[in-house]
Amino acid sequence: MSFRFHQYQVVGRALPTPTNESPKIYRMKLWATNEVRAKSKFWYFLRKLKKVKKSHGQMLAINEIFEKKPTTIKNFGIWVRYQSRTGYHNMYKEYRDITLNGAVEQMYDEMASRHRVRFPCIQIIKTATVPVALCKRENTKQFHDSKIKFPLTYRKIRPPSRKLKTTYKASRPNTFV
Amino acid sequence: MPFRRYVEIGRVALVNYGPQYGKLVVIVDVIDQNRALIDSPTIVRTQINFKRLSLTDIKIDISRNPLKKELKAAIDAADVHNKWDSSSWGRKLIVQKRRAALNDFDRFKVMVARIKRSSLIKKEMSKLRKQKA
Repeated sequence: MSFRFHQYQVVGRALPTPTNESPKIYRMKLWATNEVRAKSKFWYFLRKLKKVKKSHGQMLAINEIFEKKPTTIKNFGIWVRYQSRTGYHNMYKEYRDITLNGAVEQMYDEMASRHRVRFPCIQIIKTATVPVALCKRENTKQFHDSKIKFPLTYRKIRPPSRKLKTTYKASRPNTFV
Repeated sequence: MPFRRYVEIGRVALVNYGPQYGKLVVIVDVIDQNRALIDSPTIVRTQINFKRLSLTDIKIDISRNPLKKELKAAIDAADVHNKWDSSSWGRKLIVQKRRAALNDFDRFKVMVARIKRSSLIKKEMSKLRKQKA
């Protein structure tokens, strides 16, 4: 599976100076499309939180973090802060997915569609795997049913690959199967 | 007309798009309104969009998110593959596969066999017609 966003662990600190030979080391977990952007995002967040900037700082390590169990479904809670056209807002979002990266991708897609907020305006404050009892949103809770049963409606038969797709059909498709 | 096939845990489905095309899989859990978690003894458990699934009439008795071992046992217990191969949908797919595997000479043999069959049918039909007249 390929994800748009990858989770990175970035470690960095300010450059050692004669007065402070071992500056404090900071570690951050964040999402970016590649390592270069992850490093950039790290310095962006660090200079907002601490008095450390890229010009006088160094990167110690950067590693990608992978999902431990990509075959089980989890409920992910994501706390975000975003900049809208009028101001800053905090928000809590809940997604069901098999990986955290997938949930983050869903979050970015949903923020773009519902609120017209793009990636640079969104900051992820925190993420967590939420146990079933603590889930808040109805849209996630409705799938916590082991006897779940629903039909698929409006089915269109697709050709088995993109190559065989045609724009015009000789006959109207039957969408009820 | 009510719906006959539902998305349920244990529903057997056919993948009709993507890299797992043509595989018979089992829905082991539902992620959300668009995706399900599918599994079968030959694949690694993954998510798939409902658009890529065609539900079948077969349903097996499994718990939600079962162990691979349990899933395999349930598939064997429900005799899924035999049931599928004897259903009209499954039979059509087998015929399709066999037809696709024929070489030029095989296709020629099919043509000859068809001509022979239709000539026999025509002969019998003309006999019947004469009887009636």
